[in-house]
Amino acid sequence: MSLQAQILQFLLSGITVGSIYALIALGFVTIYNVTGIINFAQGEFAVYGAFLAISVFQETRLVSGNVQLALDWPLPLAALFGMAITTLIGMLLYRAGIQPARKASVLSMIIITIGAAFVLRGTALLIWGTDPYRLPVFTEGSPLKLFGAILTRQSVWVIAVTGILLAILYWFFNHTLMGKTLRACADNPNAARLMGISPRKMALLAFAISAATSAIAGIVIVPSTFMTYDRGLTLSLKGFVAAIVGGLSNPAGAVLGGVSLGILESFGAGYLSSGYKDAISFIVLFVVLAVRLGGLMRRRAAVVEQAGL
Amino acid sequence: MISTIRKYPNLFAFLLLGIILALVPLQLNNDYILTVMILVGEYTMLTVGLSLLMGYTGQISLGHATFFGIGAYTTAILATRFQISPWFALFAGVLLSSGVAYLLGMLIFRLHGHYLAMATLGMNVIIFLILTQEVEWTGGPSGFRGIPDLPLGSIILSTDTQYYYVIWFFTLIVISLSLNIVNSRVGRAMRALHSSEIAAETIGVDTNLFKLKVFALSAAYSGLAGGLYAVFLGFISPSSFTIGVSIELVVMAVVGGLASIWGAVFGAATVLAIEQWLRTAIKTLIPKASGEHEIIAFGLILMLIMIFMPEGLVTGVSNAIRARLSGHKPGIVQQAGD
Repeated sequence: MSLQAQILQFLLSGITVGSIYALIALGFVTIYNVTGIINFAQGEFAVYGAFLAISVFQETRLVSGNVQLALDWPLPLAALFGMAITTLIGMLLYRAGIQPARKASVLSMIIITIGAAFVLRGTALLIWGTDPYRLPVFTEGSPLKLFGAILTRQSVWVIAVTGILLAILYWFFNHTLMGKTLRACADNPNAARLMGISPRKMALLAFAISAATSAIAGIVIVPSTFMTYDRGLTLSLKGFVAAIVGGLSNPAGAVLGGVSLGILESFGAGYLSSGYKDAISFIVLFVVLAVRLGGLMRRRAAVVEQAGL
Repeated sequence: MISTIRKYPNLFAFLLLGIILALVPLQLNNDYILTVMILVGEYTMLTVGLSLLMGYTGQISLGHATFFGIGAYTTAILATRFQISPWFALFAGVLLSSGVAYLLGMLIFRLHGHYLAMATLGMNVIIFLILTQEVEWTGGPSGFRGIPDLPLGSIILSTDTQYYYVIWFFTLIVISLSLNIVNSRVGRAMRALHSSEIAAETIGVDTNLFKLKVFALSAAYSGLAGGLYAVFLGFISPSSFTIGVSIELVVMAVVGGLASIWGAVFGAATVLAIEQWLRTAIKTLIPKASGEHEIIAFGLILMLIMIFMPEGLVTGVSNAIRARLSGHKPGIVQQAGD
């Protein structure tokens, strides 16, 4: 493979992986903007999205073989199911864990979402066990060739789904009343409340959207990589780094952060050391935090402390 | 007698704990419980440090296993590869943990809240990768074997009972040191820092330096615990120093109540006991179960305590009892507004 082709190859796989980070980062940003909370259970949503879709799509043995599922739903329906249930889980998390503690300090909130991540991970272990799961690729066929580099069809799916989701979210936040209310809430919860918007409902909506995007991320990667119950933490960490690089409150920044993190990881693993691939994102995190606290794309921080959510 | 106890409650509790601990091995012929008690000592050192950091300075660390690991591996590598006396190796481990914490602290303590939480998590991920990747030095994922036992005078420690006494000796030193710090001028500065950083700074507390010092001290405790862990087991592997362990430490500190030294002791003991019990309970419930099912319970404990008793179980329960005795229902005042 020529050097150019190799570079292009790293770039393409970086963008693919980065798209996933971008989707998770978007989930972080959506919740953070409306509630001021960093949800450490974000990556678990991706795991649940994938696991739930797989369970209704193919024959699966659950709860160490005690429950046998053979539903054989078509793939689109299975994906929708995974997304829907995960969305409900996200809303449940807000109602059961976040809302009762709405006056808690940042430290308490961090610990609560970590607790939630543990509960979700443990439950996933209980239901699906330690086995790795996988979906078939969405469309069969030979991989595409681009100037000597190879792009699998699933990668095309990942990048396309990310792009479409971004477009939908952009349209939602900028051109629908509900999206605008959500943004108003992120901007100034007290003023929003005076205008008759319920910050609590908006927070619930933010958790729902955030869980849905992460679930989609989990479903689109699971044909190209195995999903295990403990993948959530890594996904959370990468997504968070991406969100921070992008400025934490900026959706466009989050996407850019995710994609650049993916590319950096891909080149780092290719040219430096594959063993330290996971360290790259944290070295990036330290550098970004040391150089510029507000991330690379700083936006006016949302006034959320006194939201009383 | 009673008035003396009232005057020096910490001293009294300390002596009582010391006496009970000294008697345990004499009354006990159970190796399993002794091993668990040794682990309680280990985790108490770690939790006391974390509790000082989180409770008194309001800084979170989700990566405290980093310093536990640095202490353990420094002791192991120096005592085997360099043939240094295990005591010096242990000491070097403490120094290195503390030094690394100080340097890292200079970089990350400009951060707050979420950023700090993630930065400390990142620190833990990086140290874990180093431990698994640098096989030549650390033995990689399969671990590090053949760590020599500690010599004490003419004998070389080998039995669990001997290690029990040595480890709890150090744990008690850590507890008494921390109690003294908390009840000193430094402790007051730390509490001021927690309630309002700006106010503390206004009255002349160098907040950054304080946070760094407490961080370095808690890392020194962790390093000590790590070194003792290495010589006690004679074998260490990266799996003892994961993010999971760091979060377990947070659970212990939270259960005990942040900002409480005795709470940390209680938290470490309670969580370890729950963990041991859950493991056997889950085994009988689901015979085929493998892996870390107990994290469900841990997660629930964390969430429930933080939602209903953010000041921790010990403080929360004692406040509730006090309120009940004095006729007030707890919690009403806080929930008055929306």
